[in-house]
Amino acid sequence: MKTNMETGTNLPTSSPPKSTIGILGWLKQNLFNNWYNSILTILSVLVLYFALKGTLTWVFTTAQWDIVADNFRLFMVGQFPVEEIWRIWLALSLVSLLFGLSAGIWRGTNLHLSVVLMGIYLIHILASFTSVNTKMWLGINIAILVVSFFTGPRIPKHKVVTILGWFLAFPITIFLVNGFGVLPEVSTNLWGGLLLTLLISIIAIVFAFPIGILLALGRTSKLPIIRYFCIFFIEFVRGIPLITVLFMAMLLLPLFLPEGIEINNVLRVMVACTLFTSAYMAENVRGGLQSIPNGQYEAAKAIGLNPIQSMTFIIMPQALRAVIPAIVGQSISMFKDTSLVAIVGLADILGIAQAVKSNPDYLGRIMEAYLFVALAYWVIAYSMSYASRRLEKQLGVGER
Amino acid sequence: MSQAKVKENDNKEIINCNNVNKWFGHHHVLKDVSLTVKKGEVLVILGPSGSGKSTFIRTINGLEEIQRGEITIDGISLSHDVKDIEAIRKETGMVFQQFNLFPHMTILKNITLAPIWVRKKPKADAEKTALELLERVGIPEQAHKYPGQLSGGQQQRVAIARALAMQPELMLFDEPTSALDPEMIKEVLDVMKELANSGMTMLVVTHEMGFAREVADRIVLFDEGEIIEQGTPEELFDNPKHERTKLFLSQIL
Repeated sequence: MKTNMETGTNLPTSSPPKSTIGILGWLKQNLFNNWYNSILTILSVLVLYFALKGTLTWVFTTAQWDIVADNFRLFMVGQFPVEEIWRIWLALSLVSLLFGLSAGIWRGTNLHLSVVLMGIYLIHILASFTSVNTKMWLGINIAILVVSFFTGPRIPKHKVVTILGWFLAFPITIFLVNGFGVLPEVSTNLWGGLLLTLLISIIAIVFAFPIGILLALGRTSKLPIIRYFCIFFIEFVRGIPLITVLFMAMLLLPLFLPEGIEINNVLRVMVACTLFTSAYMAENVRGGLQSIPNGQYEAAKAIGLNPIQSMTFIIMPQALRAVIPAIVGQSISMFKDTSLVAIVGLADILGIAQAVKSNPDYLGRIMEAYLFVALAYWVIAYSMSYASRRLEKQLGVGER
Repeated sequence: MSQAKVKENDNKEIINCNNVNKWFGHHHVLKDVSLTVKKGEVLVILGPSGSGKSTFIRTINGLEEIQRGEITIDGISLSHDVKDIEAIRKETGMVFQQFNLFPHMTILKNITLAPIWVRKKPKADAEKTALELLERVGIPEQAHKYPGQLSGGQQQRVAIARALAMQPELMLFDEPTSALDPEMIKEVLDVMKELANSGMTMLVVTHEMGFAREVADRIVLFDEGEIIEQGTPEELFDNPKHERTKLFLSQIL
């Protein structure tokens, strides 16, 4: 092979022959290569045509989107008091800042997600239904995104600062949204819309991850009490639907608590979602642990690492990498499952859609509301799955 | 380690195994194995597959527990105490048949991990040593690659460097060339020869008879969980006493 490379630079084997077939050739080869494929192609085109025609006609002519436009604030933040809404904007600005910094520093996936975020801001700034105040905040957010994108790489220690920022972003957001007495407290009954959906899912995903790892490790523990407790918990949770867990949290839990103690609804739902997801996370992580060959454990032991070091440096990084798709899948699924909290009476984005549809002004326009909600879910869920696919590829470096 | 064999240490015993017994379920894999190894000695363990030779060298750094008997490494008795086992593993390097490099880390990280976290060496020192070791095993240019990008022979040499980075008193080789393509066996054996000549104490389970004859100070023959014969390469290859030794040698030579 070496001689080929040295002497025969013009050998045809160096690269595959260029395709010469053009678009018609491609069509013939892939869609019309025999009679039944041709029939299938024609049928599919017809079905697509009618489906798309119906949908698009409805979206652009029949549908009346004022149900979404008029209630846009409700869909986004629920009943959050208008005079405190700057706090949410501030939290969003922090997120924009971090996205801008990350995009500037790491490019790649961060940049793509920032562009999506920018697109969303721009659409809303141009939309007719947003108020002047909203447009101003959106403008600020766009400016922050752009400025931080360009200045990010020039800040000293930018990587540490940005990563730290991401870790702090969530507690800061919770603080801003709630107030905790420093700012006027906004009761959790007033949290709603996409804000509530995001808060519940982020809490559930962020906390379920470490709890899931601990449960997975506990399940392989040599101590029987820990092992059986973990197995019991995981199997119990996996055996019941989320909606049951939510009902238990909302209806049963108050019965068991001593009189006078009340845990607020949103917190109860958050805990229920976290525990529910953590059981599934645990099973994902366990799958990852099982994929690690025994030789890795032995090599770690043989060079003198203790069990904790071996778990931290050798086993867990490989196990988690192996199950990133499953973990992200679980996270997306949790994000979508938060829509169930509407059933137990919280006003998440789907709950808002249901509340709005009962307003007689918008009679019969529930399709528009649901379609909007679906679009919001899809944009976020797809961004997550896109980011995970890119992450997987990046981490694939040097895989055996 | 000095370059020449350390003769003055000849009498210091580094491994002392006394009536070691091990069972897998009801299968008696090691039967009253007793063996001493002196510092600087190169011991090659031969035997048919399933004879317990791999299991035996895995008991020496505690990867396999023994049920009866005692093993003392460099004055530390191998017990069920985690502290003792960890102390012995610090002194003992091991090279596996399947290399067992950490695929998610660069070569340099593979080598420096244990010195940094177990020996608490400063990172710069550990990296300097690692690069010297890579030089010694002949692949200094691979330091920043991942194991998956290296050939089997190169990976095994990295595995040797990783074990040496802990500055062990003793090296265990568990069939280090058995998973390699034929053209790569030599490069690994060359590294092992150089190591033997530098005075390292080595226990080598192998099927490489040429290596055994050339490098071993002593050869031990395992069969059915027992040591059936031991001696210098000349004694064992040219003048085997035991019937089973003769049979084994006739099958592989």
